[in-house]
Amino acid sequence: MASGIRDKVAILGMGCAKFGERWDKDADQLMVEAYEEAVADAGIDTSQIDAAWLGVAFDAVNIGPSGIPLAVALRLNNCGVTKVENYCASGTESFRGAVYAVASGAADIALALGVEKLKDTGYGGLPVRSRGTTSDMIGVTGSAPGNFAQLASAYRATHGVSKDDLKRAMAHVSVKSHANGAKNPKAHLQKAIDLDTVLNAPMIAEPLGLFDCCGVSDGAACAIVTTPEIARSLGKKDLVTVKALQIASSNGWEMQQGGGWNGSYFHTTRVAAQKAYKEAGVTDPRNQISLTEVHDCFSITELVTMEDLYLSKEGEAWKDVLNGFFDADGQVPCQIDGGLKCFGHPIGASGLRMIYENYLQLLGRAGARQRQTPPSLALSHNLGGMPSQNVSAIAIVGLADA
Amino acid sequence: MTAETGILGFGAYVPRKRLQRSVIHATNKWFAGGLGGLAKGERAIANWDEDAITMAVEAGRDALTQVDRASIGTVSLASTTLPFTDRLNAGVVKEALVLEDGTAALDATGSLRAATSQLIQALAAAKGGAAPHLAIASEMRLSRPASEGEMVQGDAAAGLLIGQGDVVARFLGSHSTTIDFVDHYRSNGQDFDYSWESRWIRDEGYTGMTVKAVKDALAVLGVAAGEIDRFIMPITLRGVADGVAKKAGIKAEAVADTLAASLGDSGVAHPILLLVAALEQAQAGEKILLTGFGQGVDVLLFEATGKAATLPARRGVKGSLARGVKDENYARWLFHRGNLALDKGMRAENDEKQPGTTLWRNRKTVLGLVGGRCTKTGTVQFPRSDISVNPNDHAYHTQEDYPLADRKARVVTYTADALTYSPAPPSYYGMIDFDGGGRMIAEFADCSPEEVEVGAEMMMMFRIKAVDERRDFTKYFWKAVPVG
Repeated sequence: MASGIRDKVAILGMGCAKFGERWDKDADQLMVEAYEEAVADAGIDTSQIDAAWLGVAFDAVNIGPSGIPLAVALRLNNCGVTKVENYCASGTESFRGAVYAVASGAADIALALGVEKLKDTGYGGLPVRSRGTTSDMIGVTGSAPGNFAQLASAYRATHGVSKDDLKRAMAHVSVKSHANGAKNPKAHLQKAIDLDTVLNAPMIAEPLGLFDCCGVSDGAACAIVTTPEIARSLGKKDLVTVKALQIASSNGWEMQQGGGWNGSYFHTTRVAAQKAYKEAGVTDPRNQISLTEVHDCFSITELVTMEDLYLSKEGEAWKDVLNGFFDADGQVPCQIDGGLKCFGHPIGASGLRMIYENYLQLLGRAGARQRQTPPSLALSHNLGGMPSQNVSAIAIVGLADA
Repeated sequence: MTAETGILGFGAYVPRKRLQRSVIHATNKWFAGGLGGLAKGERAIANWDEDAITMAVEAGRDALTQVDRASIGTVSLASTTLPFTDRLNAGVVKEALVLEDGTAALDATGSLRAATSQLIQALAAAKGGAAPHLAIASEMRLSRPASEGEMVQGDAAAGLLIGQGDVVARFLGSHSTTIDFVDHYRSNGQDFDYSWESRWIRDEGYTGMTVKAVKDALAVLGVAAGEIDRFIMPITLRGVADGVAKKAGIKAEAVADTLAASLGDSGVAHPILLLVAALEQAQAGEKILLTGFGQGVDVLLFEATGKAATLPARRGVKGSLARGVKDENYARWLFHRGNLALDKGMRAENDEKQPGTTLWRNRKTVLGLVGGRCTKTGTVQFPRSDISVNPNDHAYHTQEDYPLADRKARVVTYTADALTYSPAPPSYYGMIDFDGGGRMIAEFADCSPEEVEVGAEMMMMFRIKAVDERRDFTKYFWKAVPVG
């Protein structure tokens, strides 16, 4: 197996726009908002960027199918800009492009930026879209909550968990994230909620109620990466380096009856996690990973992802959740920034927003929500598609000496 | 001994919902108080995702229970409510039933007796030795709110397999009259009937024309009226069938129930549906006289052989009636028939454009629910693909057609989605595993919350997947329906 990219690339600077219903700004203005923070953090000039990747998922309501809008918005120096789209993994995918460019030696300094304007659709939730003309004839055009809600039915059946127990554990996921988001000025939703509010909310897709679903918002986030050597030469002392970066795509196996998948977990996340831990040299994730930002598009998604990342034993994440294992003051905090639940999910931006939080936490720059136990390894995770067919992306970043 | 000509098999389909006529009248009596006398019993209503084609497919499948589909020579669809004016509706049925490309197909329309007229032609061809003809009649009736039609009509389909061989009823002959009697009409492009006075229709039409045609038919066939054991007069107007029987000399107890109270008048499908109901009950030797009315009269005479009892089990009319569930939501039905314009919201704006090329290329997959089976490993999958889904052997180009529509399935995952647009929210869907292999994510139809759980048994039905309202195109696919 390839040796991987552990410690070959360092994060030079990061930025994140305020997420929310940004009625005031276009996509290019959100890009600038995130970039201004990142470029100041990096301490470089735009002309030093050798290559750039732009993650956006919905071209129809955004900026079109090319990388040109990023080059124009930031007035890049005619370097190559590639637009990437890979469902909800688009943000992490843009980061992968930039990191690989630096790791390969093709670029000294590279930029990854993710952006999404979802609040120009005219309605809540993600836009409905096609998966191609053949899929349109035989697939189900369900909503995102409907696709992910199915995890709950299979999880209950597989592990013998009652409807009430699972619903309460799911509610705890959301209550915890809102408590965290309340401390984050860049979050869309900054209000704490209680258990009853979650349990009594209107049903969106059985068994997911309104507060089991993340919000939908506008946002942008940005990373500038380089080699550890160049970072040091630019005066950086505390380095955050990339420990692992893995993406796994479904090949249809989940849809083979008798193949082994029962609908209750993410096969791709397990594959990506195993590869990422190997790449990062992690052998005991439950005790080695300091904190996580995972794809909590829905409460049930976060819950089963704890098992797929090997942080909880199979069938026991719901108990860990209820025991507070993933709370901000628990053993492995999850969504210490509020997660998708409070930031909303501007698709292209989310992966980079997660890495941004991990970067701040590792450097002790997270303000009121700073993790008290100093973190050394932080994991972020995106999941695009639906449980039966998806792409899973994992990025582990850490202190250079971790 | 020459092979007998007649009916080789039969099937039926009645949509599951039974709208209570009392709830229709409760809404409309301020305006149409005179319909109070009809506000009894229930009528069958097609769901939002059903039409004359989908119901025809279900009746056709029922009629073809354990029949070799390669044996079918012709499939026909009789209806006055065909979804397409110029696209062979029976052609869609052919694809859904996975009949051979060498099958002939035709639509019969233009009158409420289209099915009996088609049946006479099919029987004549069968006498000449033609390969079996699957003759289906299907109707999803359209009526204005607060009309009489709304109260008395119903939606249903029925199918007969016509040919030579081991018949369940032998064909003894037929007689037809044609008279341009405009009791009602519907011009091209219009949704609703325009009807004349019911007393005139009853006396000069239903009674006068049918009595004469029946008498002439019996004379031609050399059968006495008293020999008729089952008289099928598919007119649900109270007393008409009894009156015709009396005038024609047919014994009162021979008059078949018109299913007025439990189903309603299903138009073109009604004579065939009532014939199927008669065949389910008839003893060997019973003579069945079938009439069809519409700008004249068709009269057909059959004699039951008693072999219906030996046919493989099927739903039939009996099973279709047993499957009914009460529905008291009149507004929902009005919306589903396009008679009430609800605000569907932006999520309903999704473009449903159907490329003709992809539908043609994938017609077996989409319309026939035909998956693939790896000839090397036996792995079944849907849809089929060039490289097998089996991770132990991603074999190339080894798949053969594997029809899944008639296989039972079980729910693996599910949800009830209130966010996605559906004409009948919440939208139920989930992953299902077929008996014998194969898995798919499917929409669920005709289900109630208590019927859907992991492990629940489902069966597949041919339904409307979506309608492209901008271009007037209906997209069909298969959905999972709770068994029972």
